[in-house]
Amino acid sequence: MRTIWIVAGAAFKESVRDRVPYTMVVFAVLMMAASFLISQLTAGQDLKIIKDLGLAALSIFGLLIAVFIGIGLVSKEVERKSVYGLLTKPVTRAQFILGKYLGLVMTLVVNLSVMTAAYFLVLFYLDVTASASVRASWAAPALDPRQLVAIVLIVAELALVTAVALLFSSFSSPLLSALLTLALWVAGHFNGDLRQFEQVVDQPAAAWIARTMYYVLPNLAPFNVKAEVVYGVPVPASHVGYTLLYAAVYIAALLAAAVAIFRRRDFK
Amino acid sequence: MAAAIQTEALTKDFAVGFWRPSAYRALDQLTLTVDAGEVFGFLGPNGAGKSTTLKLLMQLLYPTSGDARILGRPLGDAAVRQRIGFLAENPYYYDYLTAEELLAYFAKLFGFRGADVGTRVSRVLDEVGIGKERRLRLRRFSKGMIQRVGIAQALLNDPEVVFLDEPMSGLDPVGRRQVRDLILGLRARGCTVFFSSHILSDVEALCNRVGVLVQGRLLASGPVSTILAFELKGWELVIAGVSDSLRPDLDRLSRQVTPLSDGHVMLHLAPDSEPERLLGELTRRGAHVVSLNPSRETLEDYFVQLVGSAEARDARGVGA
Repeated sequence: MRTIWIVAGAAFKESVRDRVPYTMVVFAVLMMAASFLISQLTAGQDLKIIKDLGLAALSIFGLLIAVFIGIGLVSKEVERKSVYGLLTKPVTRAQFILGKYLGLVMTLVVNLSVMTAAYFLVLFYLDVTASASVRASWAAPALDPRQLVAIVLIVAELALVTAVALLFSSFSSPLLSALLTLALWVAGHFNGDLRQFEQVVDQPAAAWIARTMYYVLPNLAPFNVKAEVVYGVPVPASHVGYTLLYAAVYIAALLAAAVAIFRRRDFK
Repeated sequence: MAAAIQTEALTKDFAVGFWRPSAYRALDQLTLTVDAGEVFGFLGPNGAGKSTTLKLLMQLLYPTSGDARILGRPLGDAAVRQRIGFLAENPYYYDYLTAEELLAYFAKLFGFRGADVGTRVSRVLDEVGIGKERRLRLRRFSKGMIQRVGIAQALLNDPEVVFLDEPMSGLDPVGRRQVRDLILGLRARGCTVFFSSHILSDVEALCNRVGVLVQGRLLASGPVSTILAFELKGWELVIAGVSDSLRPDLDRLSRQVTPLSDGHVMLHLAPDSEPERLLGELTRRGAHVVSLNPSRETLEDYFVQLVGSAEARDARGVGA
């Protein structure tokens, strides 16, 4: 376990010093600031717009960070051959993969924390400057702590996406891994539709394929509770619990697959 | 003496082509023993299979067939990695870590803790001649500096066996001298060194034994003096102070005359020309000797010859 932490620590140090995630964070913060300006143009909808855009920025830029650093830390390492130095030390390939993953998740959490702080700062400003009548028209308070539930689920979703990126990068090139991960993220958000697809097709083979894909592809829709928190609709604790459990199981399966592939790989 | 490295018919095939892959044999039945405390030079032209062998020994590649042991233990044994050091060819490390951080990271992986980490890191960085640059991020390092960091990380754990893939590559003359001294230092303290190179002078200066690999096959292996005893092709004699009366006779005394700068002249002599007698005559006639060197077959000639004979053997269908 100590070895995994050492690898994670170095991966974290390496990735927080990379400029790419910072650029993403800056973009996200700029987008949140822009949402504040846009909200000035719409009467009564200001809080909703800020929350919508802010959470979307967190989710999208978080995704880009997850994909880019997720791909970078393994397939770039293989491509540039820095993996030679590491794997000839007393480190197993499984420890390497798990350590890298842990380091990536740590980086992700730090980046998302910065974005979350910026998001709440914008909301705080809006809260203190709004009049009592405007506040009364809001569906949920500006600093509603339930928004953290949405953010926790975004982090869990991105942790899952990072594991997907890691799996792809354990056997393919950086570019292909990035494309495949993004494609799977998109597919993951429409996964629920496959369930309905099964009911509308007559062909048993097509229904079977749809059902298999439904179970194999990650189902990312439950991670998205942004609309609920923006409108102040309660998110049941059981939903959060099951979704987090689903993420944990799915991540474990992805990491197990990544380790199995990486273990057998030849580094030419 | 116990064997530090042992390979038995070690073979590696790579699949070439995407749709209809065919097997390309990068290493063919390599059987080799390197004794403990030996410095073994692994020679061969580019693409001979030297790096493939090292990667197989490091378990970065898995063999198609055959077996190998390091320090008497099978390759997959994790405990072996605790006792060895490895430098890859043209190594690359992490851009955003400093040399010190990288080595501290690796030292921790070897299980060192606390103050021991810092002490080891600064000791090996001193050994390879990296000064205050150790606090710079590696992305600012030149190729030669990265090579030094690579050597430093291979020595962190006081290894019993060190594997170096082209350790002199990318180094300036000072750096090459330092690496030579380092390898000699390792030899003096009983460390086994297995290094690949295609530079003859490095191998001659450092190795007890060498192996010559061509097209994935070990064509020769043994003490340096027997393997690299290349045929004498002639002598190169450089003289100065050539008088006008001597100048016309030079053509008669040598096979070829090449004028050099500062009035120096190089005479190319036949291998059986007895240069001692010529030296006497030249000095009597007022010339003085600057240098006399044997001109031998080069390593490149040797490789070309070995490759040629390997190809000829293949063409006849022998040893295929």
